[in-house]
Amino acid sequence: MKRIYFTGLLFIFMTICGYSAPKQESNPAVQAEEEFDASSFILGHIADSHEWHILTKKNGEHVSLYLPVILYSKGSGLHVFSSKKFAHGQEYNGFRLEEEGELEGRIVKVKSDGTVDMENMPLDFSITKTVLGMMAAALIGLWLFLALARSYKKTGISHPKGIQGFLEPIVLFVRDDIAIPNIGEKKAHKFMPYLLSVFFFILINNLMGLIPFPPPFGANVTGNIAITMTLALFTFFMIQFNGSKTYWRHIFAAPGVPFWLLPIMIPVEIIGMLSKPFALMVRLFANITAGHIIVLSLIALIFIFNSLAMAPVSLIFVLFMDCLELLVAFLQAYVFTLLSALFIGIAVEDEHH
Amino acid sequence: MILASNSLTTPAIGTLFWTVVIFTIFFVVLAKLAWKPILNMIKQREEMIKGSLASAEQARKEMVKLQSDNEAILRKAREERESILREAREVRDKMIAEAKGKASEEAEKIAEKARISIEREKAMALADIKEQVATLSVDIASKLLREKLGHTGEQEKLIDNYLKDIDLKKN
Repeated sequence: MKRIYFTGLLFIFMTICGYSAPKQESNPAVQAEEEFDASSFILGHIADSHEWHILTKKNGEHVSLYLPVILYSKGSGLHVFSSKKFAHGQEYNGFRLEEEGELEGRIVKVKSDGTVDMENMPLDFSITKTVLGMMAAALIGLWLFLALARSYKKTGISHPKGIQGFLEPIVLFVRDDIAIPNIGEKKAHKFMPYLLSVFFFILINNLMGLIPFPPPFGANVTGNIAITMTLALFTFFMIQFNGSKTYWRHIFAAPGVPFWLLPIMIPVEIIGMLSKPFALMVRLFANITAGHIIVLSLIALIFIFNSLAMAPVSLIFVLFMDCLELLVAFLQAYVFTLLSALFIGIAVEDEHH
Repeated sequence: MILASNSLTTPAIGTLFWTVVIFTIFFVVLAKLAWKPILNMIKQREEMIKGSLASAEQARKEMVKLQSDNEAILRKAREERESILREAREVRDKMIAEAKGKASEEAEKIAEKARISIEREKAMALADIKEQVATLSVDIASKLLREKLGHTGEQEKLIDNYLKDIDLKKN
């Protein structure tokens, strides 16, 4: 029931947004109202942004959540201000939020003649839509698991109750089906906190990304390459810091390999070392982004056909896709954790063969 | 076109930074305050369940052992009862037999005594009767004598007779 409710909400939400999407993208005076750019509509929802667009009123007015902009510029130091200052393409403090072209969506320093100062690009540490969504997900996760820990303290070692009954099987699944088979009974417990954290961090973000409305839901967090990259790097460092002697020997002096082959083998091994987190990064990013793109494309169909008759068809497809994405949300969290555990397991393995 | 054009595939430094911060906090706080107690509690519970199952198995085995012990004891008790009963029966039979023997002996003794006393009584009675018969016959004889000897002739006759008898007998 809830899914249907959310899908309905998504539909309504998208209808409102989508309908006004052409207005948002272009100047209504210049372009015809019928022209609908599906690609920018989809990208607009997937890409990160400095404001959280909620809806566009009939008169073309945007209702948005303006997020804080935090900039570090070599010349002028730290700047913190609301992204409202950038509304309607305005400049603020010599900064501008580019709305089109090569640097679309990025904040740039503007020279006095109005051109972009390419040499002094400010570092953008803004709390963007993605960051806010991620923060919310982290808070929900913290709240959920601290509550879980508290409930364990209360119930002691009696049978699982309430929230435990729901979360404990997932925790046990991570332990018994991901950590122990890949890392081994003895060492698995050391990596359980990391694997559980990664699993639930990704899972909560995936699920929140599927819920279209209201903020902080609906941000494309795990479909953001910076975020998947960070998570992959965490796994990468987890592997390197815990690599056993055997692991390093296999990289720099693989046993059984003649020494004259080592100049070839070492770079190959290092590439292998780096390709693991790279695969993790791309897999999560691509899967989640693809899911969002499909859902948004199906919604966009209504506006491409420009007919309300398309809406039910679109709705059914979106409903189906959302069910599939629900599965994908769990699956990708599982796959990321599983592969992390697998790579860690390979790295910590002691010599025994 | 999508991939080439923009930010989707270019990691933004700010997002990287915030992800590191947020995930580190998420990881560290949960590792300290959530995962450790939760996993510990689950482990404790699992161990308790394992322990209880083992002790239940132990108890079951003990039960079985006890049951077999009980059966053995019961069997032994039954055997004992049987043997006690058998012994009792034997004792009873023996006692009855003994009693019977004694009784018949006694009876015989009594009968013997009775017979002896009867004989004695009989003898005494016979002696008594003889005596009485003797006195009676003496009385009768004396009466007869008194009557007969009232007549002198008679007396002489009698004497004669006696004398005759004596002579005859002497001959």
